[in-house]
Amino acid sequence: MAVLEAAPTTVAHRRLALPSVSVSLALLWLAMVIVIALGADLLRPYSITAMDLKARLTPPVLFGGNFAHPLGTDELGRDVFSRLMLSIRMSLLIALFGTLIAATLGTALGFLAAHFRRGVESVILMAIDFQASMPFMIIALSVLAFFGNTLLLFIALMGFHSWERYARIARGLTLAANEQGYAAAVRQLGAGPGRIYGLHILPNIASTLIVSMTLTFPEIILLESGLSFLGLGVQPPLTSLGNMVGYGREYITRAPWIMLAPAGVIVLTTLSISLLGDWLRDRLDPTLR
Amino acid sequence: MSGLLEVTDLRRYYKVRAGRGPFAAKALLRAVDGVSFRIEAGRTLGLVGESGCGKSTTGKLALGLIEPTSGTVNYAGAAMPPTGGLEWRALRRRIQMVYQDPLGALDRRLPVGAQIMEPLAIHGDATPAERRERAGAVMDSVGLQPHQVDRYPHELSGGQRQRVVLARALMTEPDLLICDEPISALDVSIQAQVVNLLLDLQDRLGIAYLFISHDLRVVRQVSHDVAVMYLGRIVEQGEAESLFARPAHPYTRALVSAIPTTGAGPRRERLLLQGDPPNPVNVPAGCTFHTRCPFATAQCRSEVPLLRTLDDGREVACHRVLESALQVAA
Repeated sequence: MAVLEAAPTTVAHRRLALPSVSVSLALLWLAMVIVIALGADLLRPYSITAMDLKARLTPPVLFGGNFAHPLGTDELGRDVFSRLMLSIRMSLLIALFGTLIAATLGTALGFLAAHFRRGVESVILMAIDFQASMPFMIIALSVLAFFGNTLLLFIALMGFHSWERYARIARGLTLAANEQGYAAAVRQLGAGPGRIYGLHILPNIASTLIVSMTLTFPEIILLESGLSFLGLGVQPPLTSLGNMVGYGREYITRAPWIMLAPAGVIVLTTLSISLLGDWLRDRLDPTLR
Repeated sequence: MSGLLEVTDLRRYYKVRAGRGPFAAKALLRAVDGVSFRIEAGRTLGLVGESGCGKSTTGKLALGLIEPTSGTVNYAGAAMPPTGGLEWRALRRRIQMVYQDPLGALDRRLPVGAQIMEPLAIHGDATPAERRERAGAVMDSVGLQPHQVDRYPHELSGGQRQRVVLARALMTEPDLLICDEPISALDVSIQAQVVNLLLDLQDRLGIAYLFISHDLRVVRQVSHDVAVMYLGRIVEQGEAESLFARPAHPYTRALVSAIPTTGAGPRRERLLLQGDPPNPVNVPAGCTFHTRCPFATAQCRSEVPLLRTLDDGREVACHRVLESALQVAA
């Protein structure tokens, strides 16, 4: 009897304690990416603007190159590995703050709409519809064209990408919770809006918001890449993943590594974040334990 | 003695669309249409009626959860403050609610212990240590085990969840508990436990209940007084035992005759109603019950019967209640 009772709990604990192989790999990759982003200045072997014209377009280490430039060099003889490190830092910075701004802004507006209803709600819904009906690329292009391009403005602009998704999710779920169930019960207990939204509704809808964040995080990386590719994103001498892909495209036949290295990082990072998001969603839900 | 809760001529109308399509005419749904009752401290008023007759809306109005279209709710001699305000929130300490669906009323992401302690945290009563102590005492009094503090709602059974909801409601030592179908989502065996618990709590703590239910047997067991609602109005109101023994209104008679019996004792006359309750958007003229009443006359179809008090204190809204022919038929 004791054995029978013990068996399911150990299984449950193992499932909790050890994430699956794919999630472990994703976590490992993300940890590495974060370490690189934080320590890029210490880790990089060369300066990102240091040119070595004698070693132009050197291939990576296993494709006929040498260990002086493990990922090869670009058309000006700059070390791709060093540039990649700084690019990771830049892209993560933009995507992280972009996602955080969008999630905070969207969720706050969603709560406001659901709490006040009527006029406030119509105004917010109108803004949501406006945002959703305009291709974001066009908004981004016009903002960057009119206000010039500084890094701060660019990050803020990324923050305006997809806030309407969070606002919609937060509003819809809050309305449902307010109408019946736990939120109405807590309101009936005499709780103020701060407690209802912060302690009850937010944790309950967090899983949906987090999944949404893991979707927009890669989207922002890709959007940044797209804008940088068009020459409107991060400006040289600064570098980002998209910026590297953009400038590397001219050499895609002769020196594909210039473009493939950052492209590979984009793919692996976005995939890892999606996997992590799924896993987090399950971890955060006590009913799935 | 003045009542703990006094409700006077309470009305709540909703604007709805009559029919389908975007151009349908607007109509008025009279969910609650002139309801008055009072509950004394430590007593139980049972509110019965079929689905959609406005029982739950009446409960929410009595709580002040929604604002009435007209009419007043007085609690302990003072008018109910505006919904959501500071005063209203402070008053939650005194009036609490028990819900039909305990799983829906609990936050599934918080351990039940934290939720039981929450009313004290909300109202800033007591230190965390005192809250824990009080939660332990209340959990014990509703029959929950101390180790269940750390459980999540989905890990408990239906009866245990309802006990958690009850424990949470009792934390601030309220004077009035509004129970909206508290047992209809529970198994029969659990129903009896929860009903006994409610009765026991009333004996020990002197809490008044507004007990909303469609289960007449349970209402008879727990209530001191009973009000019968039909289409947003109270059609009969009186002392529970006498109301169930000698129902005066034809609708009450039909309800009482539908209570299943064990087969022992004399066979009772069954009063079967035809048809469904009318749409509350198109309330029939006159007595709202005349479409289904076997005793309806021309007067019933044109004149709205008012609640009148009979000799024994019973209140009935029926034109023909005093007619001897009907008394014999009952």
